[in-house]
Amino acid sequence: MARVVITGMGIYSCIGQNLDDVLESLREGRSGIGVDPEREEFGFRSSLTGILPKPDLTKVLDRRKRISMSQEAAYAYVATAEALKNAGIDDNFLDSREVGILYGNDSSALAVVEGVDLIREKKNTTLVGSGSVFQSMNSTVTMNLSVIFRLKGINLTIAGACASGSHSIGMGFMMIKNDLQDCIICGGAQEVNKYAVSSFDGLNAFSVRNDSPGEASRPFDADRDGLVPSGGAATVILESYESAIKRGAPILAEVLSYGFSSNGDHISVPNIDGPKRSLLMALDLAGVRKEEIGYINAHATSTPIGDYNEALAIDEVFGDHKPYVGSTKSLTGHEMWMAGASEIVYSVLMMKNSFIAPTINYDKADEASSRLRISNKLVNFKFDHFLSNSFGFGGTNSTLILKNIDTNSY
Amino acid sequence: MIDTALIEKINTVLADEFEVDADMIQPDAPLMETLNLDSLDLVDMVVLIEHNFGFTVVAKDFAGIKTFNDFYHFINSRLDEKKETPK
Repeated sequence: MARVVITGMGIYSCIGQNLDDVLESLREGRSGIGVDPEREEFGFRSSLTGILPKPDLTKVLDRRKRISMSQEAAYAYVATAEALKNAGIDDNFLDSREVGILYGNDSSALAVVEGVDLIREKKNTTLVGSGSVFQSMNSTVTMNLSVIFRLKGINLTIAGACASGSHSIGMGFMMIKNDLQDCIICGGAQEVNKYAVSSFDGLNAFSVRNDSPGEASRPFDADRDGLVPSGGAATVILESYESAIKRGAPILAEVLSYGFSSNGDHISVPNIDGPKRSLLMALDLAGVRKEEIGYINAHATSTPIGDYNEALAIDEVFGDHKPYVGSTKSLTGHEMWMAGASEIVYSVLMMKNSFIAPTINYDKADEASSRLRISNKLVNFKFDHFLSNSFGFGGTNSTLILKNIDTNSY
Repeated sequence: MIDTALIEKINTVLADEFEVDADMIQPDAPLMETLNLDSLDLVDMVVLIEHNFGFTVVAKDFAGIKTFNDFYHFINSRLDEKKETPK
């Protein structure tokens, strides 16, 4: 069984489009939430969203590569290029090794809608162009990045709703741990546009604090009124410890365990038992005592029932030990398919720099969150183990536990 | 005789779409090789023609086109047919 480490990370999010900017936003408690005026006109209840531009790759990739890329594939390209660079992985490594990709993504609505609209208008399928199909498929990120980076290992998209990014890291961890691969690009991507989340808005799941975007995402706060959709992409390079040591790669953290479960219950309403089993499985497999967990990056999206049940699950599992609990979604909104991966990046950044970002807008505890140790202020705190929860529609749950490797700072 | 303005327009849209140096586009130069086209790019050529010249073709219409000159004649003749077709 191989040990699995993170040797590189990259991020493209509404709180920063590289690791340096994101680190600063986490420290400053800077919100990336804003208003998309088109949404109200389109019939949304909520106009709130994470705000980020589509990267301009004109001078970076040739036309053939660009026209096949969806919005989320472009985000993922930028995050992955940063991660590979930080991992010290160059063209020679990519060409000589069997590097894989497991990336979380669960929609490509913008490409589908725009493509179908064009066909409807022109009544000719060819006039949608050659790139549409590669933008529209759920595997748009992995199919594009595997070609761009000439990857020769496992090549697969993980679709697990809002836990997709976390499951992708968990599955990568399992493949490396079992000696099937020694380097896998893992991550999660989430498109940011009105088509992607319109039906989600229809479930009354989004905050309607349209007049105060920075205060809308308020995980665990008693006055929370729903999540704020967001997106981008986050990449981590998973590698066997042996491979990383052999090539002198920077080692940022070790993945100790991957817990998972399914609620087997309601399609959208989370429960307590499923997440609890995922937490317990991760703790058991990690071989660490719960007292060693210094920080929990909660799934906590700012929905009334989700945060409530997660707080109860954490409380039931951790009991008297009260690790710091935070939700970076207070800053980023809910990055959905990306969230499980981005929150690993955020948490590793915080662990390497010995602080916990404020859970902004957590002003008043409710009955469940009052049982947890949550701070709405920056906490300077050194911790060497953290746990990250990600849950999704259909009751899919994923929990990752990581350990600091103190040889490299970011 | 093909109108010079039409040739210039064709050269411009091809250079822009397929991102090649306009100087590489010469009447006797091979179209596919110069523009580095594969089968997927021919789909985009269909889109380019519809968008810029207002008529629809299918990829197999390109079968006899070897050079840019062939392409100019192809576009020109289709535009002539379009003008002659009663509405």
